[in-house]
Amino acid sequence: MGYEPQKDFGTPASRSEKTITLTIDGEKINVPEGTSVMRAAAEMDTHIPKLCATDNIKSFGSCRLCLVEIDDVRGTPASCTTPVANGMAVHTQTPKLQKLRKGVMELYISDHPLDCLTCSANNDCELQDEAAAVGLRDVRYGYEGENHLGLETDSSNPYFDFDPSKCIACSRCVRACDEVQGTYALTIEGRGFGSMVSAGTPIDDFMSSECVSCGACVQACPTATLQEKSVKEIGLPDKSVITTCAYCGVGCTFRAEMRGEQLVRMVPWKDGKANRGHSCVKGRFAWGYANHKERILNPMIRESIDQPWREVSWEEAFSHAASEIQRIQEKYGTRSVGGITSSRCTNEETFLVQKLIRAGFHNNNVDTCARVCHSPTGYGLKTTFGTSAGTQDFDSVEQSDVMLVIGANPTDAHPVFASRMKKRLREGAKLIVIDPRRIDLVRMPHVEAAHHLPLQPGTNVAVLTSLAHVIVTEGLVDEAFIRERCDWDEYQDWARFVSDESHSPEHLEAITKVPAEELRRAARLYATGGKSAIYYGLGVTEHSQGSSTVMAIANLAMATGNIGRPGVGVNPLRGQNNVQGACDMGSFPHELSGYRHVSDRATRKLFEDDWGVTLDPEPGLRIPNMLDAAVDGEFKALYVQGEDILQSDPNTKHVAAGLEAMECVIVHDLFLNETANYAHIFLPGSTFLEKDGTFTNAERRIQLVRKVMEPMNGLQDWEVTQELARAMGLDWNYAHPSQIMDEVARLTPTFAGVSFDRLGELGSIQWPANDATPDGTPVMHETGFVRGKGKFVVTDYVPTDEKTGPRFPLLLTTGRILSQYNVGAQTRRTENSRWHEEDILEMHPSDAENRGLKTGDWTNLASRSGETTLRLLVTDRVAPGVVYTTFHHPATQANVVTTEFSDWATNCPEYKVTAVQISPSNGPSDWQEDYEAHSERARRIEIPESAE
Amino acid sequence: MNSRDNLIYMANQIARNFATLDDAAAANAIAAHIVKYWDPRMRVKIIDSLEQNESKLLPVSRNAVAVLRDTHQSDAP
Ligand code: SF4
Ligand code: SF4
Ligand code: SF4
Ligand code: FES
Repeated sequence: MGYEPQKDFGTPASRSEKTITLTIDGEKINVPEGTSVMRAAAEMDTHIPKLCATDNIKSFGSCRLCLVEIDDVRGTPASCTTPVANGMAVHTQTPKLQKLRKGVMELYISDHPLDCLTCSANNDCELQDEAAAVGLRDVRYGYEGENHLGLETDSSNPYFDFDPSKCIACSRCVRACDEVQGTYALTIEGRGFGSMVSAGTPIDDFMSSECVSCGACVQACPTATLQEKSVKEIGLPDKSVITTCAYCGVGCTFRAEMRGEQLVRMVPWKDGKANRGHSCVKGRFAWGYANHKERILNPMIRESIDQPWREVSWEEAFSHAASEIQRIQEKYGTRSVGGITSSRCTNEETFLVQKLIRAGFHNNNVDTCARVCHSPTGYGLKTTFGTSAGTQDFDSVEQSDVMLVIGANPTDAHPVFASRMKKRLREGAKLIVIDPRRIDLVRMPHVEAAHHLPLQPGTNVAVLTSLAHVIVTEGLVDEAFIRERCDWDEYQDWARFVSDESHSPEHLEAITKVPAEELRRAARLYATGGKSAIYYGLGVTEHSQGSSTVMAIANLAMATGNIGRPGVGVNPLRGQNNVQGACDMGSFPHELSGYRHVSDRATRKLFEDDWGVTLDPEPGLRIPNMLDAAVDGEFKALYVQGEDILQSDPNTKHVAAGLEAMECVIVHDLFLNETANYAHIFLPGSTFLEKDGTFTNAERRIQLVRKVMEPMNGLQDWEVTQELARAMGLDWNYAHPSQIMDEVARLTPTFAGVSFDRLGELGSIQWPANDATPDGTPVMHETGFVRGKGKFVVTDYVPTDEKTGPRFPLLLTTGRILSQYNVGAQTRRTENSRWHEEDILEMHPSDAENRGLKTGDWTNLASRSGETTLRLLVTDRVAPGVVYTTFHHPATQANVVTTEFSDWATNCPEYKVTAVQISPSNGPSDWQEDYEAHSERARRIEIPESAE
Repeated sequence: MNSRDNLIYMANQIARNFATLDDAAAANAIAAHIVKYWDPRMRVKIIDSLEQNESKLLPVSRNAVAVLRDTHQSDAP
């Protein structure tokens, strides 16, 4: 495929269902009402020259290049701001228009450096193209007049440059930042000739501004003023491939634009249904880790973890791994081994890992990193609605009147979806935020929450029950919906429970610390404000009552009839790119793909017949249980694909003890991660750019991941698992991941209609997709719940056992930051670290003052599990008594302090509540120093003799 | 916490989340939960704790583990 930028229709598509008929240059065309003349022309491949219009922002009408003539209309209106009308006759090319356009263009060009041949945007510049389109050959004004050619380039952003000498002041960048991203970082300063784009800070560079480096302005810019540095370094792309971002659960799709085998840039794909042409700094720019020097490309083994690694051939690695697993099973029993699938890997890879464990290890000891994030979502939504998934598509937010965001920080963790939320909020939708911390959404340019309920960490269930109390006792329930769609008896039990005075906001205020009147107002808004949607994240699930909280959320939505149509619903914002998919693929120890319990004989039979093995009918061990069993000496070998449990799981010392007790730990990853410090076999992994497969995002949308370059390590991850299986005697012969998806579809009713061909055809599919809904299901439970009747579950508030006291008087809660991703294995290896060089501890001014601490101080953070040191930021974003940090950096090891407490139903760790003490410190803790030394030792790689 | 204490803690934690049910219903619900999510070795250990009259098991957890032993337990592992 040759390179062509994605077509620009000039103005956004209209969603109207009414059709308008007009003629353009004598040709008849039908378009939706509200379409601009410019877009209508573009639809029929008639190009009207333009500079200030682009199709992801509203038209502006400033450049006057897009003029047209319309019969019976005076003058020459701008086609980008003129809507179509029935019977309209438009002329796009007339001598008069040509003259006018040429004149306009001449003015632009006279203030533009004419270095086209040497400009990095040569052949990818709209100004150049349009100058040619209007037939401009010469500039009458000369180039000597006043101009901007001497202005200096701002290179402060690590990924793109701003060269103001090339700017034509079209303000596309400013409008993209406002309308698409919602950050309002840029302005046009000055008037007329003096107009200049400004980042609005005293030193006026991008890095010191509010800019979050989403790239929307770069994409919008028609010239080389805002351009990716990589284009300057590598040159313009010569082909592009559509693929899916491998960072977060939004699942943005991109055009990976390549020059030969080299990736030049990732440009958000405008037809992507999750992102609609937008991106964030991670997916757009932070892919440099893919060829980072620390990537490991050869398999390695060692007898024990105190030895250096030794590089071996793939064959040796596979046969050694297989024989170790077989040896351990013979010695310690079939159930002494297991594996962990990764939410970072594709559906196909995940499916193979769980298949290897069930069919090759002959047990169900498979779990996934969703254990530590969204397993309560699985439990809670399956129990109440009948299936483990969010109910809506992202487009649904465009129809919401009220958004309730609880325990989620979308602007940092799900930035592209946050931009869509902000857009809807600017249009007038109301926002309720339930979060201990004042997240950005609470107040930012043109967005302000109607209610922020800053609850005490650990009291989610109490807050949700008191919201339900208000809704039920004030008669705000949707009784017709409940009677028709839910189990009425269960509803009545629940309504009685929540109505009890002990659940009133006034009564619970002492525990939740949420002012009762504010909570009442929020409850009324959610119940009566129109279409209300709930969005939640890990601040809901990562608690000892995570599953109860998810069910309490589902109860609220059912009680108010906010389920089963666009604009409403219950939406878990999934952390990792493929959490939904990893869960769907049967990564949990009790479930086969499609959430069917392993004890179900009929389901097992289906798999047994297909795979030709007998399956274990008993649930296997979950990750924390595996580690406990390892410490007990009953669990001896683990295959971990694409997850760093040592850094990401709670209570690091316990994880380390578990890993240390095992005889064979196989890590399959890109880098020697922290878990690999305890590993005996290392299988190098491939990046998302090097593999084919699919990811499933938070809206159940399955999208293709396409290989754009050969795997540097020689094998795609699914091939590695396949070879390991073959070494263990399994006769696997997949030639392509599409065959794995075919197997998933054959064995999983909700995926029956999914195949790579269909995905290619439709772009993406939201499961369930089967004969009933061949194109997928954007909104679930439209006519009835998957389980039949919706189930109200009584969720009694049970306080966590993690309590503050004199030794540990503060509550620590943890979270994410925009530029870094999870344990940071990838983002830390990119320029994104410029925005977040270390994890920082946030503390309220009153707590800081009591301890004599100030911003920038080193502090010791201690819990009963362990201690670490971090630098302090004093801020009133957190409430008194609460401190907050992220866990992106291994040097900090925030999980040294988190405890082993976990969700009662799923064992999802309670990351969000740890009792801690903070004190002044002058350097790293003993643990940090020991760990650093251990890490260095554990990462040694023996140099082969021939290389010496 | 050693693993046996941890299992007792987990059983009690499940029990506390079913506290609004009456005793018999709670015992059944807890037992069903354990059968569904616990690996057989964990179940054997918790039954063993009941038989050793482990004092840390809450009364309702005891009833649940008895239900588990009497009605659900196969001869795993
Ligand atoms: S990169 Fe994004 S946030 Fe930064 S100025 Fe451009 S549009 Fe605004
Ligand atoms: S930087 Fe680019 S998009 Fe912004 S005003 Fe200048 S030319 Fe237009
Ligand atoms: S929002 Fe998520 S999926 Fe989209 S580009 Fe950013 S990290 Fe990737
Ligand atoms: S493109 Fe229409 S006025 Fe600029």
